[in-house]
This record gives sequence, C-alpha cells and structure tokens, in this order.
Amino acid sequence: MYRPRVIPCLLLRGHGLVKTRKFKDAVYVGDPVNAVRIFSEKEADELTLLDIDASREGRGPNFELIEEIAGECLMPIGYGGGISSFDQVRQLIRSGVEKVIINSAAALGSMAVISEAAAAFGSQAVVGAVDVRHRLLQGYKIAAKSGTQEIGSRLEDHVRALVDAGAGEIFVNNIDADGTMAGFDLGLVRRVADSVDVPVVACGGAGTLEHLSQAIHVGGASAVSAGSMFVFHGKHRAVLINYNPTELATI
Amino acid sequence: MIAIIDYDIGNLAAVSNMLRRIGHDSAITADPEVIKSADRIILPGNGHFDTCMKNFRATGLVPLIERRVFEDRVPLLGICVGAQMLGSGSEEGAEPGLGWFDMKVRRLPRSDGLRVPHMGWNRVGRAAPHHYIVQGLDEDARFYFVHSYYLDPGESVDVLLTVEYGITFAAGVSRGNVSGVQFHPEKSHRFGKQLLLNFAEGRG
Repeated sequence: MYRPRVIPCLLLRGHGLVKTRKFKDAVYVGDPVNAVRIFSEKEADELTLLDIDASREGRGPNFELIEEIAGECLMPIGYGGGISSFDQVRQLIRSGVEKVIINSAAALGSMAVISEAAAAFGSQAVVGAVDVRHRLLQGYKIAAKSGTQEIGSRLEDHVRALVDAGAGEIFVNNIDADGTMAGFDLGLVRRVADSVDVPVVACGGAGTLEHLSQAIHVGGASAVSAGSMFVFHGKHRAVLINYNPTELATI
Repeated sequence: MIAIIDYDIGNLAAVSNMLRRIGHDSAITADPEVIKSADRIILPGNGHFDTCMKNFRATGLVPLIERRVFEDRVPLLGICVGAQMLGSGSEEGAEPGLGWFDMKVRRLPRSDGLRVPHMGWNRVGRAAPHHYIVQGLDEDARFYFVHSYYLDPGESVDVLLTVEYGITFAAGVSRGNVSGVQFHPEKSHRFGKQLLLNFAEGRG
C-alpha cells in the first residue's frame, strides 16, 4: 500500500535549528544533528532541511554540517539553501543528501542549476521550491531569498518552468501560513498541483492530522511537510520533537 | 568487505553509512584491487538509465565485476537503477543493459491520482519468502521508492518482492548470487537495515 509522505521541515540558522512564523520571529528549537537522530529513530518518512539565511546572505551551503546531519538520516533527506551552482549540487549529493532543493536561484532567473543537476543525477534528485504569499488585489506572489524579494512571474508559469527545466518534484511553502498551525491554504496547493504532473509537497500551516489529510485529498498534494507540528508540543509551544508514523499513516 | 561501485552517480555515502550501522565495512570504490578483494558487491544507480550505463561502462570495471560475480560467485546487489541495469535494457533509453538477467525495464503507466515518479514509502509483498535476501522482514515491511520505470523480469528470474502502484510489479529480483531491488534499502529505516544485513551475512 502506497502512503503519502509526511516530511518534517527543519530550518537551519547557523549551527542551530529554528522555527519561524510567517518567515519571521525565528525561535531556537535545538541541535540539528540531535533532532535528525530523533526523527530517524521515530522512522520519519523523509526530511527537508532548509538553511534560511544562505541565499539572503549570498553564501553557499555548510557542507560539513550537512554531511554530519545526513549521516544520521536513515531516510531520504533533501537540502535547500544557497544552492546556485552545479558544483554545489555535486558536493551536496556527495555529502549524503538525496535531493537538492532549488528556490532563489531559479526564482531570480537561472534555471541552469536545475537542468544541470537533473541531467547528472536525475529529476528525482531535484526539487523546485517556491515560497508564496497572498497579496490583496494582486493574488499569489512568489518571493525569493526567504521571502524578502518578490518576483513578477505568475505562480503557475513559474512552477511549470521549474518542471520543464528538470525538477522532479515541487515544494510549495506558504509564507502567510508558516508557523501558524492554522491549516494549509488549500486553494494554493490545488493551483500548484493542477499546474504540474510531478509530485507536489505542500508546506506551511499544518497543525493537525486533519490539515495534512486535507492537503492530500482536497489540495491534491502528493506529500505534506510541516515544521511546528513536529517540534512543538501543547499550547505554550514547548519544544518536543514528535512524529508518530502509525498515526500519520492514517491521513 | 563490501565494495560499493563508484561511477559518479547519486548518494553513495548513504549506502556505506547504513552498512556501518549494521557492523560491516564497505568501500565506495572504482579501484580494481579493492573490487578483487571484496566479498560482496553493491551496484548502486540513480537518475537516467543511459547515463548510468554509460558511466558504469566508462569505468572499465564491467569485465572484472562479471568475473567476480560469475566465476568467483561473489554476491552482488543492484539498487534502483543498479537493479534495472541487470536486464537487457530500459524503455527510458537506448543503451543496452548488462544483460545478466532476462529482464526488461518498462515505463510506469500513469493511472488515476497516481503521479509518476513513484516516490515514497510502499509496502511490499514477499513473493519468495524463503530467499535469504528477504528473511526476517515484517509483514508490514515498507521501503522507500523513487523511480519512473519498473522491473519486468522473464521466467528465468525469481521475483522476491512485489509492490503495487497502479500496477503490481517486481520490487526485488534474483538469480543465483545476483539480486536487485527497485527501492532504496539504504534509506528505508530498519526494513532496509534488515535487507542489507541479509545481503551482507546471508549465503547467496
């Protein structure tokens, strides 16, 4: 029986993990190597690791740390943040990640890193990511560099271009819903899922199993990703890494 | 020592990492001397079939590996495209496969609500429960798959495991000391650990 993937999304800031709200107000939630070890023990389906400062600061990935983190991962892991060249992609794959996640470089006009990576390692190793916010009267806007730089491309056109360049999967993150745990923007997920024929991973807003289920069954996503849900516990958002595969298999 | 054949494709660190966890030394290598002394061989593979075949042949290692497998009877495990390469060729490309198995590789049909690639966790059925590669796997064993083409073995090839994604197809195949799995045991938690342990310690 095939089951939709449920993917914890971990945000890297320096050598620590943080969780944001609406891409702001980062709160420290722990050590990444330790967190990944726990998710591994809990048999998480897959992990997404995003360095939220790399592109904004104009620097590349922290390969040493990524290699250490990937070494703890007995499930697939994708890395995103500051990837702009094929050499970086090669080094990331060598460091032990299955997937490279390309966001800002593609949003700001260069699809070359996607097509080169897909040609060498296959489309399954390349995820095209978009961060999206909704603007009154303007609709959905794509923003690069951790939400700080909006671009003009239409959402549907941009995700199709990512797939045409070679991305084997689309990761769509909703800036407005990030960290709110109030549910996905299902209209956004549906629009992306209807625009491409590769798997779509929905991220941004998950707080309950019901939310995850909606993203799959109403939004049309193939997989779901969440941060807060898997690192916080209870009303006061105490940090507690949790992931129950049996429960999550029911979505 | 287990030789993981390095021909510049995909995430090989994950394979050696998983082997280390089950207490087995491995080397990611294209060195003939290392392959000559290996007592097991893993043939990985990721990405496009033709790219894998071309890169693999370009290493010049194929005759040596064939000698080790067919004369010295060293067990070999193909993973993902590494398993597909055991057959005669793939609908994905034009390059001939290794031709060790009577096996074709075909494109997964698109079916209702199921996107291609088949990417994610899937439960497998045991078609040959007594084979050493599948010993000790739980009834609910699941593995991580990511592929757009599937193994279609002929009658001379044993099907070890099956999986369903729109259609039912072979997830694991074997003939003599050569086996192949379509999924990624190195990224499949305790299920993959068990399978790799069987390969590393069982008698092929």
